[in-house]
Amino acid sequence: MWTFLHKFASPKHFYRIAGKMIPWLAALTVLFMVAGLYFGLFVAPPDYQQGESYRIMFIHVPSAWMSLFVYVFMAVAAAIHLIWNIKLADVMASSSAVLGASFTFLALATGSLWGKPMWGAWWVWDARLTSELILLFLYLGYIALVSAIDDKRAAGRAGGVLILVGVVNIPIIHYSVEWWNTLHQGPTVTKFDKPSIHLSMLLPLLLMAAAFQFYFFTLVLMRARTEVLERERRSAWVEELLG
Amino acid sequence: MDSLVAAFLALLRRDLMLAFRHRGELANPLIFFLMIVTLYPLGVSPDVNLLRQIAPGVIWIAALLAALFSLENLFRTDFDDGSLEQLLLSPQPLPVLVIAKVLAHWLVSGLPMVLLAPLLGLLLSMPAAAVKVLVASLAIGTPLLSLIGAVGVALTVGLRRGGLLLTLLILPLYIPVLIFATSAVSAAAAGLPVAGQLYLLAALLALGVTLAPFAVAAALRISLS
Repeated sequence: MWTFLHKFASPKHFYRIAGKMIPWLAALTVLFMVAGLYFGLFVAPPDYQQGESYRIMFIHVPSAWMSLFVYVFMAVAAAIHLIWNIKLADVMASSSAVLGASFTFLALATGSLWGKPMWGAWWVWDARLTSELILLFLYLGYIALVSAIDDKRAAGRAGGVLILVGVVNIPIIHYSVEWWNTLHQGPTVTKFDKPSIHLSMLLPLLLMAAAFQFYFFTLVLMRARTEVLERERRSAWVEELLG
Repeated sequence: MDSLVAAFLALLRRDLMLAFRHRGELANPLIFFLMIVTLYPLGVSPDVNLLRQIAPGVIWIAALLAALFSLENLFRTDFDDGSLEQLLLSPQPLPVLVIAKVLAHWLVSGLPMVLLAPLLGLLLSMPAAAVKVLVASLAIGTPLLSLIGAVGVALTVGLRRGGLLLTLLILPLYIPVLIFATSAVSAAAAGLPVAGQLYLLAALLALGVTLAPFAVAAALRISLS
């Protein structure tokens, strides 16, 4: 196990192993997304209150979950980078940032599209939409900071500190905003004892969530591979690889 | 332990003395604070009822921006003349020294804002009960603004144009402070109890005092490496 991790953390082996993993992850993404979309768009019945328009949930909810997951993923990577000084962790964190920001944007855009028929407005200052918007600002702040520092090593470490400060703040921001104003429908999936969502709608939602996870890992490995190549461009194995 | 206290006090004295030798600069954030608040009646409406309603938000947003602009100088001059590097090399724990610097900064920029607040409340015709809570919320909230802001300043101190970037990094983190503080002031104006909001602000301040100095110290070491 440890030798595998050590191997995985060295850029050269990471490049090779990630290259092998990407096609599998991509295949899983396609598989789950096709199944999720099929069950979501054709099998699941229309909602008795919201009609067909609730189906945007199968994109909206997974992207909102991913927006939080990616931030936590980045925080874990940043902590590993700052504590054990593993360069690969920083590659992972910085490659995730743009993806996280995209998921956040997607959640906001689909939320706004969903809000129009439900609440009668493109944008309302609802608590969860607002904290999602603030999360987008946190991502953009990280991206701006990392791109403003020329030295890649310093940029990664500074970004790491910012991410860790952000991860302490996210729950505080979330609850303060929630307390400030809420209009959003309550969570319907996390109540595991008696979920208030029907199985025929829950299944496609979970399938789509899995698809989004695999999609994220496919893309983050692809981005990390390019990043590794760029950072290691002076090392022998890259020159050997690219000639 | 004694040497730590001595270092803390020496740094505090030095920063305060430096600030008082540049008295002109001391007034700038205050004038800025006052001017932003003045713009609202001009831009929105001089209607007393409307002003009274938006006053907590207006004063607090002005305070956020004034704190942000005054923070830029927190480490800048020390960075330029190299004394920040000496601070990092000192045998004393850096987080404690950071607290001294932030405290000195708050005494010269945050505290005057707290003292100016009743005047601004008067300008926006806030009721007396709300003015009291406004002062209390600023007294608890502005140190927190300085602490959170210090993390951002420490991260951007080595950059040539850190100003706008600082805003981008720090403003999202200021949101909880803004929410609790303005909610306390609005509740006071409506005659509701405000203890809950003020306690939450105080809890955030306790969290900030405990965690922020470590983040600032780590960020400074990165920025100067």
